[in-house]
Order: sequence, then structure tokens, then C-alpha cells
Amino acid sequence: MIEAIGLTKRYGRTVAVDDLSFTVKPGRVTGFLGPNGAGKSTTMRMALGLDHPDTGRVLVDGRRYRELEAPLRTVGALLDARWVHPHRSARAHLRWLARSNGIPAGRADEVLELVGLASVARHRAGSFSMGMSQRLGIAAALLGDPPVLLFDEPANGLDPEGIHWIRTFMKQLATEGRTILVSSHLLSEMAQTADELVVIGKGKLIVQTSTPDFVERATATSVRVRTPQAERLRAALAHRGAAVREDDDGALLVAGVDSATIGEVAAAHGLVLYELSPRRGSLEEAFMQLTGEAVEYHGHPATEVTA
Amino acid sequence: MTLLAVERIKLFSTRSPGWCALLAFLLPMSFSAMYAMESGDFLSLTVPATQDGYRFGMVMVMVMAALAVITEYRFGTIRTAFQAMPNRSAVLLAKTVVVAVLSALVGEVTAFGSWAVAHLLRPEVNLTLNTPAEWRSVAGVGAVYLIASVIAVAVGTLVRQTAGAITIMLIYTLLAESLIALVPVVGPAVVHWLPFYASRVFLESGLGFDSAGSAPYGPWGGLLYFTGIALALLGAAMVVVERRDA
Repeated sequence: MIEAIGLTKRYGRTVAVDDLSFTVKPGRVTGFLGPNGAGKSTTMRMALGLDHPDTGRVLVDGRRYRELEAPLRTVGALLDARWVHPHRSARAHLRWLARSNGIPAGRADEVLELVGLASVARHRAGSFSMGMSQRLGIAAALLGDPPVLLFDEPANGLDPEGIHWIRTFMKQLATEGRTILVSSHLLSEMAQTADELVVIGKGKLIVQTSTPDFVERATATSVRVRTPQAERLRAALAHRGAAVREDDDGALLVAGVDSATIGEVAAAHGLVLYELSPRRGSLEEAFMQLTGEAVEYHGHPATEVTA
Repeated sequence: MTLLAVERIKLFSTRSPGWCALLAFLLPMSFSAMYAMESGDFLSLTVPATQDGYRFGMVMVMVMAALAVITEYRFGTIRTAFQAMPNRSAVLLAKTVVVAVLSALVGEVTAFGSWAVAHLLRPEVNLTLNTPAEWRSVAGVGAVYLIASVIAVAVGTLVRQTAGAITIMLIYTLLAESLIALVPVVGPAVVHWLPFYASRVFLESGLGFDSAGSAPYGPWGGLLYFTGIALALLGAAMVVVERRDA
């Protein structure tokens, strides 16, 4: 269980995290979602006692990180896979970590086996590809067999096979009853992994809810209807409280009622329908809409730049 | 003890500390060997003369010590370290102890090695360690390396940049202190309170250096003062490390 309570962090005049509160419960994967620069990494660093919050606090199983004895046995974390000495072997890296928290040295080889790096255990970490580094980082997080795990953008730099592996892996860790917090700036990625979402933008909490709920709400469905009697259908649907607008090719886009209702309305008025197709809005669009005002770094459309 | 073991594993699982230690040993040794071979009527070989190259070794030891902490910042492993061991002062202290012990060993091996190589090259010159001052000038090198490495760890922690920290240390130890001494009026007034000057008083007092005895402290006072400066810097580094975001 992780609790962030009124967390605020300023860098000079920039407010990176702004009065942020949320709870991460055990037994499920919680996605920590927000655009780049939203404050996800800063929040995670504060959870691990690396950065000092200006106000507020983060509690892990009811205690501040710096109060934990042998913290690696309580919290495992992968914040940045490049945080290894490039001339040190994967095994040596894990062994000093293990030693610092009284974890038997043999555990280093166990976790290397678990993430599929056993054959390169004695290779220099600097020779690893991004994907291998991520695996080493995950091995380090698992070293103390901790009940709480934090991963910052773990899918970064992984190939599709690696992404699939990590997704399955996190779900399995959650089924074992662990608390898992995974950050990402990609909603589509999180929608497939997380059971619960904490969405932030510009350091503020936007919403904390279950993933299906969020997807349902974010991607309100509309129904595309083609009919030769558009005006009459429009009026009839408006009577039922539906919002109707015209698509580019003259078809109608109906929101607020489902396709069955539209069919019934059309039949009741004796209207002919050529097409009646429910559509889902894209997740990415919905996410952008939601966090649009809270994006730290805005790009411009290509046309604007060239003009 | 755990923290010491961790820092030992970290220090010896990369190669650069070994190279620095080797250089710290070889530079003064070769200096002593050259001195011994060139010595004769005009250049007299004495016990303190065999130790003349100690400063080159000391600088290498300081580079090693500073790198032990700076590489952690450069590669981000300091965050991994603080994540595993949230008591940052204890981590820094353990690192300092491990580095300092290694530096002291390198210092002793270097000092007695330099002395021995001169003795082997010039067996006819009497280089026996007779006086306490002579003993101090050889055996004391280990102590000076030890304290110098503590200063280097503190500077490395405060500066966090390889180029910056090493430039500061090289220029300060090899150049700045001698230049400050040359500044009119101010120079002679403060020179005794420069830390590496104090370390030389400890090593060479009564053997040609500071022969006028103008320093307001004796050789052991010099070592004490040098140690005090190092501990003050280490204390400052600890305060900064606790407050600063990792």
C-alpha cells in the first residue's frame, strides 16, 4: 500500500507536483498516467526518499521510506535502467545491493535467472542493450522480494516481445498480492496492463479510478447513421435527448443514445436507415482531451511551423 | 559493517581505483629511483629526499577518492545506493572509511617502497631511519594520503563533476598553495593555515622544510590541523548530501 498525502514539490518557480494525493492498493496493478513532465518521476523519487517534498508525504505500508529498515525488502523500484556503473558486471551490481540489505548473495543469481539474464551475469552492464538494462533494473527491484514495487516507464526501449513479457510479469506480481505502481505516458499501454489508474497532469491529480471505468467514461460512444430522411430523424432523436451532429460525408453522428434506441425511433417514424454503426472514440484522443490543458510541453502542428 | 562491505564491493568491482592506486605507487617510486641514480656530489641522497615524489602519489590517491563518489553521481548509482541505504551520511562515511584505508595502505607501501628502491640503487649511502623525524617523513606518508583522500571524497561529494573536482584538487594542491604563499603581506600571514602546508610541516619539519620553525604548531599539530580541515569538509559534505535531492 502506497499513500501520497498532499504532496508538493517545487523546483525554483516551477511546481512539479502540486498537492497530490492518491492511494495505491495491493493485489492489483495501478497505472500512474500522465503526459511527459506531469510529475510522475518526481513523485516516484519522493516516494523513495530520494527527493524531499516541500510539503506532504508519501507513506509505504504506513511508514516514510527513510524510516524503513532494509528498504529493499519492502519496496523494489526501477526508476532509471541506466543507473548502473557501466564497468561493473550485472552480478556485482546486484551483489552490492543485496549486501546492503542483508539479502543472501545467491538471491542475485536467482533474480538474474528470473529476468532471463543468467547467461550474461558476468558481463559489464555497460555492454547491455536498453532492453537488457531494463531487465537488470527489474531484477534489482525484485532482489528483496518486496511487497511493494514501483516501475517508472518500464516499457521504454523494449521490443514488443519485451513489452509483452513485462506486462505479464507485472500482472503476475499483482496476483501474488503485491502493490504495483507503474508509470506511463501511454494510455493504450496502461489500458492493457493496469487495473486501476491514477491520472495526473501538471503535477495535479486529474482522476483516480478503475481502468474500465476510465475507458468507458473517456471514450463515450457515438453511433454513425446514414438515412435519406436526415432532417426528420434528427428531430425525432433530439426529442429523445440525443446530441446529433453531421459527419463530413453527410451522415449523422449520434451521441447519448445507443444504436438500439436509434433503430426503434427510426422504425416508429417509418424512416429508412442505410447504416447504423456504433463507434468508440480512441483512447489516445480521450486521454489527450483530458490532459490537454495540463500538458507541460506543447508541440505545434507541422503546418503551423512551416507557415 | 554492512555499509563498509558494500562500499568495498563497489570500490573493487570496477577497475579505475586499481589503476589509480597503481599509479599512486609507481609515480613516487620512479621519482625516488631517478633521484637516487642522479644523486652524487651536487645532489645528496637523504631519507626525506627519497620521499620527494610523494605529492604525485597523493594527487593520484585524491583522484581515486574523488572518483569513488563522483562516478556514483555520474552514473546515477548514488540514487540506487540511497534507495537501498537511506541513511546518506552513513553511506558517505562508509565510503570515506574504505577509501581512506586503501589510501593509507597505498601511502605506506609507496613510502617504504620509495625508500627501499633508493637504498637498493645506492647501497653505499646510509639511509637508515634513525631519528623520529626521519621515521615520520616515511611512515607519515600513509597518514597524509589518508587525510588527503578524505578531503577528496568531501570535495567530490560537494562538486559532483569529474572535471570540476579534479581541476580544483590538482590546481589547489600542486599550485594554489605555493602561489598564495607568494602574495605579498597576506601570503606569509596565512600560509601556515593552508591545509597541505600543514601536512608538509608534519612530514618534513626538522628535515629542511619550515626549518625556521615559523609555523605556530609542531609536526603533530600540523597533522591535527590537516585532519581538522578534512573532517570539517566531510561534515559539510554530509550536511549537503542529506539536504540535497539525490
